Amino acid sequence: MVVWMALMALMALTAGLSRINLGEWSTVVALIIAAIKALLVVLFFMHVKYEQQKIAWVFVIAGFFWLTILLALTMTDYMTRGYLGVAGH
Amino acid sequence: MTAQHGLRHHFADMEQQRESATLGMWVFLITEIMFFGGLFAAYVVYRTTHYEAWVIGSEHMEFWIGTINTVILLCSSLLVALAVHASQIGRNRTTALYLWIASAMGVAFLVLKAIEYRAHYLEGSVPGAFWHMAVPDRPSVEMFFYIYFVMTGLHALHVTIGIVLLAVIGWYAAKGRYSPQYHNPVHVSGLYWHFVDVVWIFLYPLLYLIGHKKA
Repeated sequence: MVVWMALMALMALTAGLSRINLGEWSTVVALIIAAIKALLVVLFFMHVKYEQQKIAWVFVIAGFFWLTILLALTMTDYMTRGYLGVAGH
Repeated sequence: MTAQHGLRHHFADMEQQRESATLGMWVFLITEIMFFGGLFAAYVVYRTTHYEAWVIGSEHMEFWIGTINTVILLCSSLLVALAVHASQIGRNRTTALYLWIASAMGVAFLVLKAIEYRAHYLEGSVPGAFWHMAVPDRPSVEMFFYIYFVMTGLHALHVTIGIVLLAVIGWYAAKGRYSPQYHNPVHVSGLYWHFVDVVWIFLYPLLYLIGHKKA
């Protein structure tokens, strides 16, 4: 119940903040709030916090770790494409 | 069949069966993370390369429908968590009731989503032949809507599967199939529903909230 109330509060916060101009920080704040909400759901609703098996933790962490690799390495390509000139152009 | 009710023959005991079911579901959910992860990566790439188009696209989202749908999913997740708890202490009727309400909330989510899709259709923001919205840099804005429809469409498909799953598990619970010793199906279906919720937690700010900061 407490977790649900926290989720609702964060939800209201992120909806309210979207109406206020925080400049470049808008997206960062919205994503941090989303990450906190996701963490609450995974840890409490999905019982990972109370999970007895260590192997379940390993699987969950590995899953999100691979997601990070997927996003981070894709972006290291796209965000650095303009850095060096292309020979012949 | 009393204490060992529900134990399949290839497991040594109930504990091993429960752990295997949980781990198996997590492995499936990790493949789902990868599956949605590819779409999120596509989103991030186009967003960084065509940011202005993304702001225009996001401004055409129905802010209140997205917000209400987020509330609906978060509440249904709470109900599913309560249902799992009820099944662990052997209260089958309560489990069934919570699961059915959560399932009905899933239906409400889809109804709102359908209303939103209809608004997009009338507005002409469906990419392809039905597009008739005048915007600067049309191909990029179309790309926003293309990614929007694929991501929310696949999410809606997952919600549909979840609705059926929760309803069926609720029906089994109503028939008294689960006990404190055996409630794997409730727990594992709950994991799936929470996962669908988590995907939406990220879709909501990424699709609905970026455009409103300039309001």
